Amino acid sequence: MIGLRAVTKRYGDRVVLDALDLALDGGAVTALLGANGSGKTTVGRLLLGLVAPDAGAVEGVAGLRRAAQFQENRLCEQLSAVGNVRLALGRAVPVAEVVAALRAVGLDDESVAKPVRALSGGQRRRVALVRALLPEADLVVLDEPFTGVDTSAKALSLAWAAQRLVGRTALLITHDEAEAAALGARVVRLAGREDGGGSSDRGVQDSVP
Amino acid sequence: MTSTSAADTAAPTGDRWRAVRPLLAAAFWLAVWQLAALALHQEILLVSPVRVLARLAELVPTADFWATVGRTTGRITTGFVAAAVVGVMLAAASAGSRAVEALVKPLVTTIRSTPVVSFIILVLIWASSDKLAAIISFLMALPIVHANVLAGIRQRDPKLLEVATVFAVPWRRRVLAIDVPAVLPYFVAGCRTGVGLAWKSGIAAEVIGLPSGSIGEQLYQAKILLSSADLFAWTVVIVLVASLFERVVVSGLSLLERRVSVGMSGGVDAGAPAGGGGAASGTGNSSGMEVTP
Repeated sequence: MIGLRAVTKRYGDRVVLDALDLALDGGAVTALLGANGSGKTTVGRLLLGLVAPDAGAVEGVAGLRRAAQFQENRLCEQLSAVGNVRLALGRAVPVAEVVAALRAVGLDDESVAKPVRALSGGQRRRVALVRALLPEADLVVLDEPFTGVDTSAKALSLAWAAQRLVGRTALLITHDEAEAAALGARVVRLAGREDGGGSSDRGVQDSVP
Repeated sequence: MTSTSAADTAAPTGDRWRAVRPLLAAAFWLAVWQLAALALHQEILLVSPVRVLARLAELVPTADFWATVGRTTGRITTGFVAAAVVGVMLAAASAGSRAVEALVKPLVTTIRSTPVVSFIILVLIWASSDKLAAIISFLMALPIVHANVLAGIRQRDPKLLEVATVFAVPWRRRVLAIDVPAVLPYFVAGCRTGVGLAWKSGIAAEVIGLPSGSIGEQLYQAKILLSSADLFAWTVVIVLVASLFERVVVSGLSLLERRVSVGMSGGVDAGAPAGGGGAASGTGNSSGMEVTP
């Protein structure tokens, strides 16, 4: 089981997560929905091992190959889209395969080779998506993967992402239920606490789309 | 809106004026110099720019001149390159370990605050005058390169470093993709200041240590013979060679940066950076990034 067991996370005095239990479905996508400030991104960071819980445990993540699309794009500005994706891949993956993936999410040949600082926000977002989904990772975290991506590009990206996510354990952080449905995800809602301080176990409700 | 279009039409003339202005200013001060020299009419006290140019024309075609320039340039280059290499290594070690930083910091601070003449005399006691300029250039450039590179390492984007952690990017590729681009502008800024210091202190060391066949020796001869023409001519040579050297270092580094980007992009040429970025933005930032703790 990959997930969180009774995890509490505080930033200073603010309790972001309070004794939260969350189990990801193995080989499937779990979508985490919730209001701003409910701690969705923190859940992702805990699973990725970027922050440690103040109490409780992150389970089943030791030794996993991880991949992520962060809330921000976090690209190497001087590198091309291909260079950014290859950074996250083993050397074995040929350039042609990377280019094919970038084209599948709607980037043209010219955009693929330019330094990413010359790309638009929506294009950059898709480069980050490809970087997260092309590596053979055991755990994928996608944090608002389609922010700023226009409608037609989003349709392409969703289709490509759905295909890449088949049989993989992933956490999708989103506000958009349609997105979760399109990726075949089980929806988990992370409700903010009544004092506005974060999420507790009582706030989690499962619902199957 | 009106102001924008007015600025647009004014821009070409403004640009031309901006390009010509420094040349006009230089011509003005050269004229002042020439007139002052004519008025004073004492070549020992103030030689005229025309006379300096004539002296240069005599010096430059001789093999001796080039040998002298070559020897001094070689010594200072050796010192500077060693400072760049050791400075980067010390900065990387300092960034990686608090213990190393605690050890290195007082050493570098001491070197930085010690008067250069103390080092010159000390080195003359310890080593031969042949090695003097290289050692002094090394000592003067080292703290600058070290401080700049360390600041660059500290300024790396933690968000990109997290990306490297999550994807388990091998350290060699991480260094090329994340560390080098972040640190390079700081390194270039450090090198620019460091090159200038290496030349000034290296020449000063030569004037005191008098290694034979060096620019410093020539300056010393000019002093003994009260030859202002030689003094000015050699000074012009030093300024020209030092700035040429700086250009070579800076453009070599930006070329390296582009090579790395293209290589990391899998041979897909990253092309000309948009909006005058790349090397231009690197050098543009560099003066503002200079660190002098």
